Amino acid sequence: MQILKNKFIRFCADVLILAALFTLVQYFITTGLLNQYYQINLASMCINIILSVSLSLINGFTGQLSLGHAGFMAVGAYASVILTQMLGQPFIAGIFAACLAAGVCGFIIGVPTLRLKGDYLAIATLAFGEIIRVTLQNIDYVNGPAGVLGITKLTTWPWLFAAAVITTLVVVNLINSSYGRAIISVREDEVASELMGINTTKYKVIAFVIGAMFAGLAGAMYAHFFYIIKPETFNFLKSFDILVMVVLGGLGSTSGAIIAAIFITALTAALQSFPAIRMILYALILIIVMIYRPQGLMGNKELSRQTFGRIWSGRKNEHNRN
Amino acid sequence: MKRNGRKKIAAFIIMVFMLAIVAGCGGETKDTGDNAGDKAEKINVGVNVELSGGVASYGSNARDGAILAIEQANADGGVLGMQINPIERDCKSVADEAMSVSAALVGEKIVAQIGPLTSGNVAGSTPVMMDNKIPLIAPAATAANVTVDDKTGATRDYIFRVCFIDPFQGTLMAQFAADNLQAKSAVIYCDNSSDYGKGLAEYFEKTFIEKGGKIVAKEGFVKDDRDFRAALTKIKGLNPDFIYVPGYYQEVAPLIKQARELGITAPIGGPDGWDSPDMVSVAGNEALNNTYFTNHYSSQDQDPNVVKFVEAYKAKYNKDPDAFAALGYDAVQIMIQGLKDAGEADSVKLTEALENITDFQGITGKMSIDEQHNPVKAGVVIEFKDGKQVMNTRIQP
Amino acid sequence: MLEFTQQIVNGLSLGAIYALIALGYTMVYGIIKLINFAHGDIMMVGAFVGYFSLTLLGTNIMVAMVTAMIACAVLGVIIEKVAYRPLRNSTRIAALITAIGVSLFLEYITIFLLGPSQKVFPESAFPIKAYDLAGLSVLNKDIFVVVSAVVLMLILQYIIKWTKTGKAMRAVSLDQEAAVLMGISVDKTISITFAIGSALAAAAGVMYGVYYSTVNPLMGIIPGLKAFVAAVLGGIGIIPGAMVGGFLMGLLETMVSGYGSSLYRDAVAFGVLILILLIKPTGLFGKDTGEKV
Repeated sequence: MQILKNKFIRFCADVLILAALFTLVQYFITTGLLNQYYQINLASMCINIILSVSLSLINGFTGQLSLGHAGFMAVGAYASVILTQMLGQPFIAGIFAACLAAGVCGFIIGVPTLRLKGDYLAIATLAFGEIIRVTLQNIDYVNGPAGVLGITKLTTWPWLFAAAVITTLVVVNLINSSYGRAIISVREDEVASELMGINTTKYKVIAFVIGAMFAGLAGAMYAHFFYIIKPETFNFLKSFDILVMVVLGGLGSTSGAIIAAIFITALTAALQSFPAIRMILYALILIIVMIYRPQGLMGNKELSRQTFGRIWSGRKNEHNRN
Repeated sequence: MKRNGRKKIAAFIIMVFMLAIVAGCGGETKDTGDNAGDKAEKINVGVNVELSGGVASYGSNARDGAILAIEQANADGGVLGMQINPIERDCKSVADEAMSVSAALVGEKIVAQIGPLTSGNVAGSTPVMMDNKIPLIAPAATAANVTVDDKTGATRDYIFRVCFIDPFQGTLMAQFAADNLQAKSAVIYCDNSSDYGKGLAEYFEKTFIEKGGKIVAKEGFVKDDRDFRAALTKIKGLNPDFIYVPGYYQEVAPLIKQARELGITAPIGGPDGWDSPDMVSVAGNEALNNTYFTNHYSSQDQDPNVVKFVEAYKAKYNKDPDAFAALGYDAVQIMIQGLKDAGEADSVKLTEALENITDFQGITGKMSIDEQHNPVKAGVVIEFKDGKQVMNTRIQP
Repeated sequence: MLEFTQQIVNGLSLGAIYALIALGYTMVYGIIKLINFAHGDIMMVGAFVGYFSLTLLGTNIMVAMVTAMIACAVLGVIIEKVAYRPLRNSTRIAALITAIGVSLFLEYITIFLLGPSQKVFPESAFPIKAYDLAGLSVLNKDIFVVVSAVVLMLILQYIIKWTKTGKAMRAVSLDQEAAVLMGISVDKTISITFAIGSALAAAAGVMYGVYYSTVNPLMGIIPGLKAFVAAVLGGIGIIPGAMVGGFLMGLLETMVSGYGSSLYRDAVAFGVLILILLIKPTGLFGKDTGEKV
């Protein structure tokens, strides 16, 4: 009973914190304190969070190196745009279509390729991502390489916030469920988990499809915020960008993925003022962080209430000792 | 104890990153503050171009052209008694970054933005420019729907360009091929990774068929391809009267070279993206014979304006200008003209002035801005003869 | 028939370039199991060194190539020491990200120093001769790249199979700890591997420059990716596999463009890669190593 009560209190606290965060930002936007520049970067941040959290489910928790995440994002972006712009459906239908289309693609790609291991899987997913891009380039219905221009801006802060929160919640809850334990066991030792009676292929595919669905969601958000989508945006370099966030945050850490997504977006924005050397600095930061912290910012730890609590109590103890 | 220490390091690193984030954002606001004070004596102009990523070479050449124009204007005493202050930013060759950069530039109180180069990236920054009522002058975005909304047919109020649109050049070359070269059959071998190549191919095809010609095959290459022999071998077997290659010189020059090496003698034509001194140095004089491209000017033109530009550009950058550099230069020139016409450094007034520009003498031709914010300027068909660009036909709009 | 033969020639010379790049890729992978994404960019640096040695120093093509190979061997060793060695005992994915970082660094430091525009390789460096064999167009540079690819592969194979260094490499590749116990200097062996691999990339870069006349700071990305695919196709880590994979990739692309549609060239090439991986997950020449439990 006590445990249940504690859980309930924690749940309420979480809801309150999120609601406060949402309202605060919404307040800043309506009052104009957060100008367009910050709003754009905020949107990038949320989209990057969705991408990196969903990829961290595949790469970090399931241990399957995928380099085709941008491909799923492309599928989602195009599916939603076809629905909202060409068929005149509401945004919510576009979002569902995006998740569905990306999920189906994830399934079709995942079932055969997830038998592959390590670098072979990486190159196969990379190849699939590129195939998606080349195919889109040759579809005249969506204007081929020119892409779709003039997409109505439907992605607003409430949508972005909800999408990021739902993605995180689904991934975190999945990891903490029995499915999640099976998924992590696949990462730790595939043969051993198979011997324990876990259908490893099934769990790999589940993680892959869910990851792909959220990449599709990110694609839908992206398309309806940035006015234009074209196949070139979703090339393999975009997949690398997402992978960088996941690894920088720490494989197997959702909070790490979120922190890294925020960090990378802010870093990109901050480096805008140095056009000549921005990419050099970016590359150097990447190398230096990896050399000094190869397990990523968070390792496989999570930043949670307990961590804050521990840091807090640790500080207090030190204080007492002094 | 050890575990605790490690955790502290982790917490420390995270805190450093958070600080970096805050510092990053903070830096941005500080910049804005600084420049707001300068506004009185300076005209801030955003230069939002591709300096990294896939089309970095287009963006940086246009930047070089634009900066040259600004420096020349400042050396002549500036505009309206003020110096122009270019604020350079890199949009990484992606549309979302172009949007973010534009928004950052808006915070710097710019009166106009030059760039980005490709149609897609211009589209990315379009909404920000429209929201803030600041004109964007695109040096090289050729897709028709950059300045006009496809669905409503309405002109986008604050988007301008100084380059040809795809329909114009595609049609021009098709007419030239059918009428002047008497071509009955043609192959289109286009840059399939850019809207530029695709757009031109579409209009070429349309006009060429209207003229009674036949498109016998359509092939494609992608940016950064350097080997074209497979498709060229196939084209050789089809023996067409004319080959249309809408694309940029980086790919087209080796393409023509390989075509001639394989023994294809048919005339080859293309758009203004061909215009670069590298065409001759890569493909060679001989291979370029019997090739034609549509353009608004020739860098070997004897027009004093053009000669002056080419010399100044060479002196400053130690290289020959290409089409991007020339268009970047003209984008700034037309903006300066607009500022003079407007009489004050105000973005809305500048927009009105830009809409009314007529017979402006740029280095890429004499142009007037039409209702759809496209420049109306004469097109020329240029022929390569032993490595020299020779004016073949001039077509007034 | 003539057209088909011509396409074979086209495919072989394109494949030779891929094979050359893939050789270095696969070699580094074979020893330390690192996908060195910077390999394509080392090739680019090699091409630029070759370019400057041709234009500024006025050397002939052979000297330019040797200069580029030496410069890149040094560069490769430095990159390994600075960026990859500290990560040798951490996860491979961390090393992969570092490789991406190194790749970006090389690209943009070159852009910073030389500008993003392309540079034109002097024509005089390698005068083109065309041979017309009953309508078949074969150029001296075609023969040059194919022969160099084969010769370099043979030399590499010799080094790995019959020299002491090669033996050390194979030992390190098999089991680093055991290699140390046998008195092999792992650091030295890996350095040598990087030196050879990077020198090969440089050779490929100069040949690419000669072949396609231009070099630019971002030229390494696409050939690098294609060569990586070629290496995986042949079975990554296996020298003859990279060679065959490269030629296969070249032929495949050529055939798709020549007899299918060039619009779908990359899609088909990647599709075939996936098919081969699904049928034989370790690539064409890969050995099926049973999983150790």
